Amino acid sequence: MAINTEKKQMICINCPVGCRLTATIADNQVLSVEGNTCKRGEDFARQEAIEPLRVLTSLMRIQGREKPFSVKTSAPVPKKILFDCVKEIFEHPVDASKLPIHTGDIILSNVCKSGVDIISTQDVIS
Amino acid sequence: MIHKELVIIGGGAAGLSAAVEAKKQGIEDILVLERSPYLGGILRQCIHNGFGVHKYKEDLTGVEFAGRISKEAMDADISCLTNTFALDISPDKVITAIHPEKGLFEIESSAIILAMGCRERSRGALMIPGKRCAGVITAGTAQHYLNLDGYLPGRRIIILGSGDIGLIMARQFVIEGATVERVVEIMPYSSGLARNISQCIEDFNIPISYNSTVTDIQGKGRVEQVTVAKVDENRKPIPGTEFTIPCDTLLISAGLIPENELTKAANIQLSNITKGAIVDDELMTSLPGVFSCGNVLHVHDLVDFVSEEGTKAGANASRYLKNESPDTPVISVEDGFGVNGAVPQLVRRTGSKFVEFMFRPRNKYTDCEICVDIDGTCAKRFKKMVVTPGEMCSFKVERALLNQANQSVTVRLEV
Repeated sequence: MAINTEKKQMICINCPVGCRLTATIADNQVLSVEGNTCKRGEDFARQEAIEPLRVLTSLMRIQGREKPFSVKTSAPVPKKILFDCVKEIFEHPVDASKLPIHTGDIILSNVCKSGVDIISTQDVIS
Repeated sequence: MIHKELVIIGGGAAGLSAAVEAKKQGIEDILVLERSPYLGGILRQCIHNGFGVHKYKEDLTGVEFAGRISKEAMDADISCLTNTFALDISPDKVITAIHPEKGLFEIESSAIILAMGCRERSRGALMIPGKRCAGVITAGTAQHYLNLDGYLPGRRIIILGSGDIGLIMARQFVIEGATVERVVEIMPYSSGLARNISQCIEDFNIPISYNSTVTDIQGKGRVEQVTVAKVDENRKPIPGTEFTIPCDTLLISAGLIPENELTKAANIQLSNITKGAIVDDELMTSLPGVFSCGNVLHVHDLVDFVSEEGTKAGANASRYLKNESPDTPVISVEDGFGVNGAVPQLVRRTGSKFVEFMFRPRNKYTDCEICVDIDGTCAKRFKKMVVTPGEMCSFKVERALLNQANQSVTVRLEV
């Protein structure tokens, strides 16, 4: 019986060169990658073809304040849960009693049960 | 009048890197002038990641990069005057500035580093016809409203131009709950990086029209809709191809221009191509003792290189102050085929072993070579897989080789 293979095309986002990659997939497994010019490109395509991952950067509110501060996921999260993460960030504004906040502080742990935290990317002193 | 050994105008990535390096080289009497209340420059509003991969070997957000570089300046005990706007530089290096408490004041300086960055091309510069309604803003202004002030400047967005800031803002608008109706690009390709088209536009299924432009803006008080038309090969709108898109905001992301009003005031020679000062390989301008670096010199693609250039300017200004600067410039560097604004434009006969050049390609080329011609004969070649206008090319050449030139050095692309 012939195996059904599928080809997925993508642009590598690792560096500014932007290689056009093609991954050949069968049964949710990457069989081969073409078009890459480095190892990172191959790794990217293997991940991207099965479960694309992205770093999310967004804004976090402080309760009762107008100005937000910037946050990011501590590691890439599945692309399909980006908007769920944004919703969770939006629904959990930080209490002003938590200040000062420093770069790298965990603001929300295990966002959307992804195993990844939302961390601050700036200092908020007062 | 106050006297300073070194005054740096601009407290962004370039200016702070220059200050830290000058201090390291033994210059004690340094002052950084910054017009905003904070250090870090435009990085403070760049909450997205992709910064610092070269300088810090880490994938940082712009805000994190700004935090690190500001801390380096604080740790080096650099004096920085924020909320200070430099109004004028005289040809004898007297800076006139204004500060909320000090009022108008003058600083006499032995050396100056220009690090004022760049600004965005506006609606006026693009001459877009239509109503003068609210809601037409540059992508960077929208970024400021959203990330620093904390509000969405619109709900239904059209973006004119597909530069990197526009692409980044398209993604962020979607993440923060707005709708990006369309990105409109006059060229047949994006001027942004391929990875930004992928992770900002395609990831969020944002429609993009190439070979198209905005020909009319309509609305009473606020933008209500814009007209988009296809353009021909001369980038002129084709009659009959117009269609309208309802929106409440038009973002403009159509390029950056070095901000050189002060440079002009000091009568420093500017390049028509880069819109920055003409510099030699010490990054010194036509006014001895005045240096230029970062986006005010030429618009860079990565902040890592802005910072690197700042460091270089800091080191070179220190040498100038210690009277250790090499000879004056004698060889001029010209742009050849495919090259837009090679920097530096002048090379001194003596100095470091290698001279580093940067430029932007005029077009997208694959499998090409950067050629360095000495008096009309190619003396050095560098192979390049892909070059695009969105990305800077850089290369190093031995000074001894450049020194063989009697007339000129030309940098060109061979396709």
